[in-house]
Amino acid sequence: MSDPFLTNILPQLASVAAHTHSLGFRYEGVEGDRVRLRTPWRADLVGDPETEVFAGGLVTAMLDHVGGLAVWVALGKYAPIATLDLRIDYMRAARPRVDLLSEARCYKLTRTIGFVRAWAFEDDPADPVAAAQATYVINASDAGATGASLKAEGDAA
Amino acid sequence: MTALLDTIPYARFLDLRTKRDGDILTVVMPFADHLIGNPMLPALHGGSTAAMLELTAIAQVALVWPRLRLPRPITVTTAYLRSGKPRDVHARARISRAGRRVAHVLAEAWQDDPAQPIASLTAHFSLDNNRDLHS
Repeated sequence: MSDPFLTNILPQLASVAAHTHSLGFRYEGVEGDRVRLRTPWRADLVGDPETEVFAGGLVTAMLDHVGGLAVWVALGKYAPIATLDLRIDYMRAARPRVDLLSEARCYKLTRTIGFVRAWAFEDDPADPVAAAQATYVINASDAGATGASLKAEGDAA
Repeated sequence: MTALLDTIPYARFLDLRTKRDGDILTVVMPFADHLIGNPMLPALHGGSTAAMLELTAIAQVALVWPRLRLPRPITVTTAYLRSGKPRDVHARARISRAGRRVAHVLAEAWQDDPAQPIASLTAHFSLDNNRDLHS
């Protein structure tokens, strides 16, 4: 049976925000608890003009985002979330001028935190360019308020 | 050398500006709509802040330890401390250790007040000129 969240909402969450849209993220589908994104190669997203390889920052943004999608897959619905911590290991250089795929899995969900592993690769998940371990705060709408409360808003121009 | 970030396409995509004071770089990411990750708050996408921190670290290492090739990330950890408001972001990096092959860097990003960072990065970079890990 098809779940309207997975078929209608999740693909939109993959690239509806301005940043993800401008990076060209494409939803590739969900399989069990794993969700995939693709970033088509683009010259303006390169990190080293000599190598023509995607910037580390693009890999970071994609792994951060696909990890968030995995939390929503695990929740089975949309909820406000915010990345708490994201570690990325770069195992090898990406191939030049080639699309990058990413896949993520939320392997543990508590009431407040989603624990995620994610990886980026060109065609074989077993041969990743980078792997990530990340945590997300769920129902994060007041996460910013914690910091804001340390200092009155508006006294810094 | 200050113009290093101007030569990196992704830094141009984020429109990063570099200010140099001696050996210390301050990088600014001017607010732009395409940096937004959560339109409802609104908040910057964590990926834009993390990428900016990583590029700040790369530029700082490349300034102090010029090599033929740019520093390559080995491990990068970003902690998101506060939601990024739709305003400019500033960042600065500090090199904790630079050996022959690896450098360790700490970097922080803030908006109005450096004492209230929105994100912090800790990373190891490879300084090898011919890095070709495991292949």
